Amino acid sequence: MGGRKLTAVLAAVVLLLSGCQAGATAPEGIVVAHTAAPVNLDFTATSGAAIPQALMENVYESLVRIDDDGEIQPALAASWELSEDRRTYTFRLRPGVTFSNGEPLTAESVKFSYDRIAESWTNALGAQMAAVESTEAVDDLTVRITLATPSNRWLFTLASFVGAVFTPGGVDDLANTAVGTGPYTIDDYDRGRSLTFQARDDYWGANEPALAPRSERVTFRYYRDAVAATNALRFGDVDVIANLQAPEVAGEFERDSRFQVIEGTTTGEVLLSMNNAEGVFADRRAREAVMYGIDEAAVLETAWAGYGTLIGAMVPPTDPYFEDLSGQYPFDPERARELVGEAGIEGETLAFTVPNLPYALAIADIVVAQLADIGLDARIETQEFPAVWLDRTFTQRQFDLSVINHVEPRDILTVFSADYYVGYDDSRIAPIAAEADAGTEEEYVAGMQEVARIIADDAAADPLFLFPNLVVAAADIEGIRTNAPTDSYPIAPLARRG
Amino acid sequence: MSLARRLLQFVVTVLIASAAIFWLMRILPGNAAQVALGTSATPEAVAALEERYGHDEPLLVQYFSWIGGLLRGDFGESYVLGTNISPIIADRVQVTLVLVLASMLVAVLIAVPLGSLAAVAHRRPLGALIAGASQLGVAVPGFLAAILLVLVFSLTLGWFPANGWTAPADDPLDFLRRLVLPVFALGLVQAAILTRYVRSAVLDILNEDFLRTARAKGLTRGQALVRHGLRNAAVPVTTVAGVQLATVLIGAVVIEQVFVLPGLGSELVSAVANRDLLMVQGIVMVLVVLVLLINVIVDVLYTVLDPRIGRAA
Repeated sequence: MGGRKLTAVLAAVVLLLSGCQAGATAPEGIVVAHTAAPVNLDFTATSGAAIPQALMENVYESLVRIDDDGEIQPALAASWELSEDRRTYTFRLRPGVTFSNGEPLTAESVKFSYDRIAESWTNALGAQMAAVESTEAVDDLTVRITLATPSNRWLFTLASFVGAVFTPGGVDDLANTAVGTGPYTIDDYDRGRSLTFQARDDYWGANEPALAPRSERVTFRYYRDAVAATNALRFGDVDVIANLQAPEVAGEFERDSRFQVIEGTTTGEVLLSMNNAEGVFADRRAREAVMYGIDEAAVLETAWAGYGTLIGAMVPPTDPYFEDLSGQYPFDPERARELVGEAGIEGETLAFTVPNLPYALAIADIVVAQLADIGLDARIETQEFPAVWLDRTFTQRQFDLSVINHVEPRDILTVFSADYYVGYDDSRIAPIAAEADAGTEEEYVAGMQEVARIIADDAAADPLFLFPNLVVAAADIEGIRTNAPTDSYPIAPLARRG
Repeated sequence: MSLARRLLQFVVTVLIASAAIFWLMRILPGNAAQVALGTSATPEAVAALEERYGHDEPLLVQYFSWIGGLLRGDFGESYVLGTNISPIIADRVQVTLVLVLASMLVAVLIAVPLGSLAAVAHRRPLGALIAGASQLGVAVPGFLAAILLVLVFSLTLGWFPANGWTAPADDPLDFLRRLVLPVFALGLVQAAILTRYVRSAVLDILNEDFLRTARAKGLTRGQALVRHGLRNAAVPVTTVAGVQLATVLIGAVVIEQVFVLPGLGSELVSAVANRDLLMVQGIVMVLVVLVLLINVIVDVLYTVLDPRIGRAA
């Protein structure tokens, strides 16, 4: 009868469809799964970490770059000198560098790019270059940048996307095309889904081991859902998960020889923030009570499977002024309860606004339990991220407690400035920070360490842990970097073994 | 119902839906300018961007200029992308329609033979087995079916990819491979529901006089059922299938997430996240119109299947 024929046909279809698995990823090269997709390719107009993450150091380059240890290294500038008064940088550009549209890199390209920030950038982070008073093209390959006041921080900032060098012929449609000097060009951009990079054969750094592209093609594919990403990795559709958002499954991959798991650091500090300006936490004793009452080690273990680093301050270990302050407020519920009593806030109801992100939701429950133990009644209000959290918590500051991963590099002064949502009174740290920024490198490190200590001393916020760079990858992929000290994700070192 | 009345009803429903989605999006907290500019935004920058989006105009003006655009087939410009929305929706709707139609096809192909069999064999163990299995299937939510299918057929057996989409033009074979699991995740649950309706519809018909007459003329039960019965059973089954088609369309929004498919659903989710209001409104309107169209088509199908319905009205 027809039934048997039908079964045979179905079986044949199944066999046919399931037959060719291996070839699926070939044209895309190495496939890296990321979480947040870039909204477009234009970081001069659109905020969000996803755009610089994809484009910086891969398509666009700056005069300098940050290496895996957080050190500043030459990039488009082969060398530079700092004037006696520490205000003027003279950069010598590498000769023979071209943009992917064939135009040469000259001092004029640099001047064009940095003048353009004030003129046409709508991304507010462009303000980081406000310190620049003037950019001059001294000759074809020499650029002189003069700052309004000396700034140690500035050179580091220059390594990020605000330092990206464009060419006048490459900025017409930044949202969809990217023309840079980097090792790759964008070959295919499928908005919201994937981004495929093609290695350039005329890249200036082709002979530099740290910079030369090792794979012809690399694809970023975007998975909003962590489980979908791990499924794709298990099936072989994906080679690398850039940062696993489901740490509870990392153990399974560690035990499986077909995969490798790498744990390093990021620049993301997961902060239990308290509203310093208003409400219960305007009282320093109340904030101290939280600092003593929260067992950060237990939070890390429960919420993120123990992956991450206890830091005690808004400074990751890859920053020059890192100091481990995690011992400042040991877990001491006894002392916390005393402080709660002193501040007269026992049983107080707290508005705990929690963005609907995996790590934040995981953290919220255990924090509430620990706070209950010291006599505080935190009520979780889940907020859609980014829209609602940005509106209610960040802009309108309707919160007592919140939790968020502050991902920007070197953001301690941003987070603890008076006009940020934390509402910290920065009058003590502002002069010290300004002096440190203008001083020598040693003075910078010493000054910023003092700033971090004062903030900890004021119990301004509880840095729960440093978000890990948790990478899961197929065992045959090499060149995966351990730490993520900047906002970029350089793909040049990635290669398939053998 | 007359054609004019049906058309009027269609227009009124679309208008109500458009007003509802427009005002709903306006009372959601958060806004596109804030999201686009992020944590480094200054209030001035947010205000300037709002103005560029046209948010400083009175709401009624915004609403009518949007509706006016829709009538001309212009969905407006996406805040986030700065490009026209229409081609994006046209692109994404194809993925969703492929998914929805393939799922319904699977559901019908499974449900009609199984349901008929269950009816014919309703006093035997086979009939009871099918009825029981369909009862179980009805209780399984689509996303759970999706997870189970991925676990078994992708991660354990390695037959089909766990997720992802390939355009048929790029690689037709890979397109089909990647379609199988999402289609079954959506289709199996609907098949279970439909099987129960087919079974009861066929059971009703088995007791009808005209079927007994047909058998008296010498047809076997099977022949009588196929020749005279199925057409009569088709009316209630078509109604249910029509309702299901609308359900599948909405279910596809969830399934697209699970299987990372670039359809209307995933576009809708990211548009809501970015508060890309015109994009959200555009997609919702497309879904509304599709659902209404399905209802109209089902109504028309009635009169084709059973001419008595058309005459009675």
